[in-house]
Amino acid sequence: MRILRKHHRVLIHGITGKQGTFWTERMQEYGTQVIGGVNPKKAGTTHCNVPVYASAVNAMENGKGFDSSIMFIPPLGVKDAAMDAIKAGAKNICILTEHIPVQDVMYFMAAAREHGTMITGPNTAGSVTVGECFQGFMPAFNERIFKKGTVGVMSRSGSLGTLMCQNIVSAGFGQSAFIGIGGDPIIGTTTRDALEALNTFKGTEAVVMVGEIGGNMEEDAAEYAKTMNKPTFAFIAGGAAPAGKKMGHAGAIVMGNKGTYASKKKALEGAGVTILDTPSYIGDALKEVLA
Amino acid sequence: MNFQEYVAKPLLSAAGITVPKSQLATTPGQAAEAAKNIGGVVIKAQVPVGKRGKAGGIQLADTPDQARIHSNNIIGMEISGLIVEKVLVEAKSDIAFEYYAAILNDPTSKSPMLMFSTEGGMDIEEITENTPEKLRKHAIDIRLGLQLADTIKLLGGLELKGANDKVANVLMKLYNAYRDNDAELLEINPLIQTTNGDIVALDCKFVMDDSAIKRHAQLSLQGTPDNLTPIEKIGEDNTIKYIELDGNVGVLANGAGLTMTTMDVIRHHGGTPANFCEIGGEAYTKGTIALKMVLEKPSVKSLVVNFCGAFARCDVMMDGLLNAWEELKPELPVFFSIAGTGDKEAIRMLKDRLGMEPFPDMDAASKAAVEAANAGVIV
Repeated sequence: MRILRKHHRVLIHGITGKQGTFWTERMQEYGTQVIGGVNPKKAGTTHCNVPVYASAVNAMENGKGFDSSIMFIPPLGVKDAAMDAIKAGAKNICILTEHIPVQDVMYFMAAAREHGTMITGPNTAGSVTVGECFQGFMPAFNERIFKKGTVGVMSRSGSLGTLMCQNIVSAGFGQSAFIGIGGDPIIGTTTRDALEALNTFKGTEAVVMVGEIGGNMEEDAAEYAKTMNKPTFAFIAGGAAPAGKKMGHAGAIVMGNKGTYASKKKALEGAGVTILDTPSYIGDALKEVLA
Repeated sequence: MNFQEYVAKPLLSAAGITVPKSQLATTPGQAAEAAKNIGGVVIKAQVPVGKRGKAGGIQLADTPDQARIHSNNIIGMEISGLIVEKVLVEAKSDIAFEYYAAILNDPTSKSPMLMFSTEGGMDIEEITENTPEKLRKHAIDIRLGLQLADTIKLLGGLELKGANDKVANVLMKLYNAYRDNDAELLEINPLIQTTNGDIVALDCKFVMDDSAIKRHAQLSLQGTPDNLTPIEKIGEDNTIKYIELDGNVGVLANGAGLTMTTMDVIRHHGGTPANFCEIGGEAYTKGTIALKMVLEKPSVKSLVVNFCGAFARCDVMMDGLLNAWEELKPELPVFFSIAGTGDKEAIRMLKDRLGMEPFPDMDAASKAAVEAANAGVIV
């Protein structure tokens, strides 16, 4: 996991679509260095003031190269687009799309591992390097939600991560960076990876983890949390959810005694992480350690 | 999406794996007729749950008469709350050994995971609990597919009575079936070695990846429908995730995480959520139908609307919701919390059209909703 910086050159797969266009403009306004987009049907044209290429490979060869690719691509098109970006030599790929067939995901994940490409998502809302740049569809530009500060935030859910960031700002604090990792069961950047990236990101003095039921990523992250020396807080969503039901996210499901709220809470508390009963409690919790 | 044995086994058969001869029956007469054609049979209840044997849903029948009697008992039987409507009448097998074989999508290795154990017949939870040392695993590079050499290595040192190559061959075919059908889980349990040394799949569990259903339009018609309530069905038809719960505080929010959290916070303040209903992502334009669904449940005594816009714009969600509110004019106390993309416009709409203000945060909105719901309950 590498946190996006403003010197990173970003390519947008699907730049010409409705969402691709809207969010590319927001990213450009905020400071993300968008160097081009991909749409084979509109190659050679200009969109959002940047060149549109036929492929990522083409962008790498004909432009001045790029570091990261962001995908605004429908589910069944992501595998080809990701393989294109990996082949081109992308260092990072951020995949926003939900409902990609999992066998497709595992396919490009295997290729990414081999080529050293870091994948964030699928099904992430993106990430924000506060005051610098952002990727995906996060309201980075809304000053009631994001303000430059010292709290690092990670979340499986975009909406809940947004809420947590708003609570941090309304309590008088700000964030260093926000990392959305996505709500799918098989994702590139895990909770542990995001925690590690935030912990080592310059200017971060406290870390907030927003997890949810399902899987064992929070338990795995707890192992890493034991080695952290910054105050760390966690809210885990889904304590009131019934077992055996997918709670909106494909990854948010309790199977038997696996992926339960109780198991995650226990593991995190055992690692010295403070559990928040509701996301609103983060303000008071931060006041005790940051003041 | 889950598939029952009688749908899953033909997929194995199509991949070249031997399954016993069988016929599906919905009446005792059909079962007897099938037994006449096949010979000694096993009558197996077709319900999408495990432990059918323990519940009495699997019986041996040597004659068509026995097949008729057993299927008469099994059809209409209740197993884990489900009524048996179909039985599979299957040729009896001479079992020498029972194995376990499966391929599933593994979140840890982010690869297909092949699993094999000589302890078949037990479910996988029992195998991992009781004899984890006997469970062999191999993470597959999906770009290359399962390699015969790796499969043989996986079985190396196992005493399969000289059938190692045959079993390896079945595992290769199992992988093909897993890939061809976009499985999330494809499991043969038990995979048996007969007294003749043949390797036969006696049962099969197949779960298709929900995100791949659109690639398998025909096959998905044979999937087990989810046991949905009428309101949940409306949600499915409108691609809105709605889960009915037994409380009295209605929930309408965007995003899976935020919606779950709204339920958590309601419970934290002493209330009980009536539902999970989220209109995040592509569903953010569906505020109208979503509100109608939430109000459909008679036990709902108050409502929390919790929007935190990122991709989903608050103003678009609010407009949809207000359209439904103005149409239905419900006499229900409602409590709003609004933040994120489009929040200013949404708050203005709420003021202009309902004359209301949002609460400062979801805790305040949820707490007020819990109090209103409890006040409305006549004890």
